[in-house]
Amino acid sequence: MANLARSSLASKSKWDWLKVAAMFIAAILALPILVVLVNVLIGNGEVWKHLYQTVLAEYISNSLLLMLGVGVGVLIIGVPCAWLTSMCDFPGRTFLSWALLLPMAVPAYIIAYTYTGVLDFAGPVQSFIRELTGWRYGEYWFFEIRSLGGAIAMLTLVLYPYVYLMSRAAFLEQSENTLEVSRTLGYSGRAVFFKLALPLARPAIVTGLTLALMETLADYGTVQYFSVNTFTTGILRTFYGFGDVAAASQLAGVLLMFVAVLILLERYSRHRIRYHASGLKKASNRRMILSRGRGLFACIFCLLPIIVGFLIPVSVLAYWAVFKAEMPGANFIQLAWNSFYLAAMASLIVVSLALVLSYAIRLNNGKAVRASVGIAGLGYALPGTIIAIGTIVPLAWLDHRIIDLVKHYSDERVGLIFSGTLVALLFAYTVRFMAVSLGAVQNGLGKIKPSMDMAGRSLGMSPFKVLTRIHIPLLKGSVLTAILIVFVDVLKELPATLVLRPFNFNTLAVRAFELASDERLVDAAPASLMIVLVGLVPVILLSRSISSRTDSAK
Amino acid sequence: MSSLPPHKLLKEMTLADVSVGYDGNVVVKNASFKLLEGQIGCLLGPSGCGKSTLLRAIAGFESLMTGEINIDGEVISSPSRSVNPEHRFIGMVFQDIALFPHLTIAQNIAFGLSAWPKEAAQERVIYLLSLVGLSGFESRYPHSLSGGQQQRVALARAIAPKPKLLLMDEPFSGLDAKLREELVPDIRAILQHEKMSALLVTHDQMEAFAMADQVSVMSEGVIHQTGSPYQIYHRPETRFVASFIGHGDFLSAKVCGPDCVHSALGNIRGDLDHGFADNTEVDLLVRPDDILHDDTSEFVGVIVSKWFRGSHFLYRVKLSSGKVIYCFASSHHNHSVGQEIGLSVHLDHLVMFPR
Repeated sequence: MANLARSSLASKSKWDWLKVAAMFIAAILALPILVVLVNVLIGNGEVWKHLYQTVLAEYISNSLLLMLGVGVGVLIIGVPCAWLTSMCDFPGRTFLSWALLLPMAVPAYIIAYTYTGVLDFAGPVQSFIRELTGWRYGEYWFFEIRSLGGAIAMLTLVLYPYVYLMSRAAFLEQSENTLEVSRTLGYSGRAVFFKLALPLARPAIVTGLTLALMETLADYGTVQYFSVNTFTTGILRTFYGFGDVAAASQLAGVLLMFVAVLILLERYSRHRIRYHASGLKKASNRRMILSRGRGLFACIFCLLPIIVGFLIPVSVLAYWAVFKAEMPGANFIQLAWNSFYLAAMASLIVVSLALVLSYAIRLNNGKAVRASVGIAGLGYALPGTIIAIGTIVPLAWLDHRIIDLVKHYSDERVGLIFSGTLVALLFAYTVRFMAVSLGAVQNGLGKIKPSMDMAGRSLGMSPFKVLTRIHIPLLKGSVLTAILIVFVDVLKELPATLVLRPFNFNTLAVRAFELASDERLVDAAPASLMIVLVGLVPVILLSRSISSRTDSAK
Repeated sequence: MSSLPPHKLLKEMTLADVSVGYDGNVVVKNASFKLLEGQIGCLLGPSGCGKSTLLRAIAGFESLMTGEINIDGEVISSPSRSVNPEHRFIGMVFQDIALFPHLTIAQNIAFGLSAWPKEAAQERVIYLLSLVGLSGFESRYPHSLSGGQQQRVALARAIAPKPKLLLMDEPFSGLDAKLREELVPDIRAILQHEKMSALLVTHDQMEAFAMADQVSVMSEGVIHQTGSPYQIYHRPETRFVASFIGHGDFLSAKVCGPDCVHSALGNIRGDLDHGFADNTEVDLLVRPDDILHDDTSEFVGVIVSKWFRGSHFLYRVKLSSGKVIYCFASSHHNHSVGQEIGLSVHLDHLVMFPR
C-alpha cells in the first residue's frame, strides 16, 4: 500500500505547480464573492432593519417582476422561433435561423435609449400621432417606455437568443427520434411538439432561461435609465449616494441569494440535458414543410424579433450617429482607444489565466483542481454591481493600509494603487468573464486528445515540443475566439466599469450611458453604434458555427 | 545536432513482476513475459482487464508500482526509475488513431524524424507511404482520409523513426470487419518486412491469432498464460483461458488412468500423462472440433440447435447426462433439430481442471 501511494503521488507531483496555480487563481477570483458574503454575515442589524423598513420590499418586488416578465417574454419568443427554424421548413428559414441571434449584439441599455428616443413624448412616433390627430399632451394615452414594462420589453428583446440557442440545439438533437418515430405512432405535428419535443427539450430551455435571468438580474443600465428600482440600482445608489458600504454589501448579499438559486437551477438543468441526450448524434433533419399560409406566418413570427430587437434600434442609431449627432472628434477617439486597450488587456489576462486553469485540469485532474476551476468560473453569474462592490471594498482597504504604511516611514504620498487604477477594473473583468473564456479554451483543448500527446512523446518529442508543435497550432483558433468574446464583453460591460474606473477615465459604454442619462440620446449614438458593431463580431462567429452544425447534420 | 537514434532491432524485452495502478487501484498485477527479436506479441483479454494500462506502462506513460521493464539489458521502468517516453525508442499506434489534424500526411509521418537529415527523412516518408499503399497522399490532411487509410498513416508515423518496438492499442477496433480483415495481414506483412518487434493489445481473439506469434491472455489485471496461439487454444492453462478462447464446454469426468478419463462419452485417452491421481473428479475441456459426428458411435445426443457455417455445421447436442456440448459436422451431415446423432471424441491432449 505504501508503494501504491508513493507511485500515484509521483505521477502527479510533476504537475503540482499547476494545481497550486489553479488554487491560487481560484482563491483570488473568489475574493469579491467572499467579501460580499462576509459582509452579509457580520452585517449589523441596524443597517438591515433600515433596509428592510425602507427599500428592500420595492427592490425585491421589482426585481422579481422584472425576472417574471423577462422570463415569460424570452420563452414566448425563443422557444417557438427555435422550433420553427429547426423542425419546420418555410421561406427564409436559413437566413432567420442565424439572424435571430443578432439582437444579442445590442446591450440592453443601448436598446433602451434608442427606443426611448423613438417612443417618448418628443420622439417621432408620438409627434407623428399628435400631428395626425391634433391631440396635445395629456389628451391621449401612449405606452410609457420608461417603466417596469418597458424594461421588461427591452431586456426580453436582447435576451431571448439565450433561450433560442439552447432550445434550438435541443430540438435539432432530438429531431430524428421524435419526429419520425412519433409520427409513425400516429402523433400529429402539434402533439409531437407538446407531448415529446417540448418535455425533452425542457432542461435545455430552462438552462437558456436561467442564463437570460442572470443577465436580467445583472442589468444596471436599463433599469437605472428607466428609473425602475431594483437591486442593482439600489446597490449603486446606496454605495454612491449614501456612501454606505455596509448597506450596499447587504443588498448585494440578498441579490447573491437570487443568483445562487439561478446557478443551482442552471447546473441542475445542464445535468438533465446530459441525462436526456439520446447519444444519437446524427440528426436526419427532415423538416415539416409548412403550407403557404402557415409558412408566411412562421416567417413573420421569426422576423419580428429581428426587426424590433435589431433592425429598428440599429437603423435609428445609425441615423442619429450619421445625421444628427455632433461630429465625433478627438474626444471620441480617446474614448474608443480607452475602451480598446482596456478590453485588449482584460482579454489577454483572462485568456492567459484560463489557459493555466485548463491545463491544470487536463494534467492534474484532481478534486482540488476541479473545484478551483469551478470557483474561478463562477463570476459569469455575478452581476457587475456585486463584483464591483466585492472588488472595491478589499482593494480600498489594501490601498489605505499601504498609504498608512508609507506615511509611517516617509513623507512620500502614494495614491490609491489598486482601487483607483485600472487594476481594479481588470480584476473585476477577470472575475466576470473567466467562465466564457474557460469554456472556449477547454473546448479547444478537449479536441486535442490525450493520445495525441502520447503519440508526440513516443515519436521523440519532449513535453515542451509537444506543446509548441501540437498544442499551440491546434489551440490557436479557440484561444482567439476566447480573446474575442472577452474583448467584446468588456467593451459592453457597464456597471462594474462605472464603479471601478479611475477618476476621469471614460469608455464608450460609460460615455454612452452618461450622455443618455443627460437626455442627450442623439449624442450617445456614435458610441452606442460602435459598441453594437463590435458586438456583432462574436454573434457572427456564433451563427457561423450554428450553420456549419446544421450543414453537417444534413 | 543530436545524434541519430540507434537503429537497432530489439533483441529482447522482459517484463518481470510488473504492477501498475493509480488512485489506490491495482490495475495490472505482477505481469511477466518476454518478447524476442522480430516477434509480434499480443495482450488479449476482455475490456477493462488492464491490457491497455500495461501497454502504456511499456510506452512510459504509466509508472510502475513493482517490478521492472527491461529492454536489451537496460531497465527502462521500475518503481524508482522511468526513462521518458521520448527516449525509449518505442513507437505507438493508438485506438483513436490520433493523427495530428493540423499536419499533412507527409508531415504526420515525418513528425518523429526531426533528428534525421532532411533528405533521409524525405526518403523515409516516401518509402513508408508506398509501403502502406498511400503514395500520392503526401499533401492531404487526415480528415480527408477514410478510417482504414488513417490507420495506415498512423502505422507509418509510428514506425517511421525505426523504433525498437511498436505498440498497438486496439488499432483495428474503430474499423469495420471487412476493412479489419484486409488490414491485419497487411500490417503483419509490413512489420515482418521491417523486422520490427511489436506488441498488440486487443479483445478480439481472431485478430490476435491472425497477427501474433505470442499471445498473453489477461483477465482482471493478471496474465493467465503466454504462448503461441495454438498453445493458447489447445493447451489452456487456466479455466479462464479455456473458456475465453474459442468455443468449448466442460464435461465432468473421472480420472481412470495416467492418460485416461472416463466421461459421459466413454473413456477418453490422451497422448500425454495428465498428472492427476486416479478417481479425481475433473472438468474436461471439449472443443467443437474435438467432438465428431459418427453414426457408428455407441454414444448419442439430441440436437438442440444448429448453425450453418458454410463449410460445416455447428450443432449444440444434448447428451443423455443432460449436458449440452458443441459438435462440428461437415456440411454434408445435415440433421434437423430434435434428431439423435452419434458422437465420437477425438482428443489428443486432455485439458482438464480439478472440480
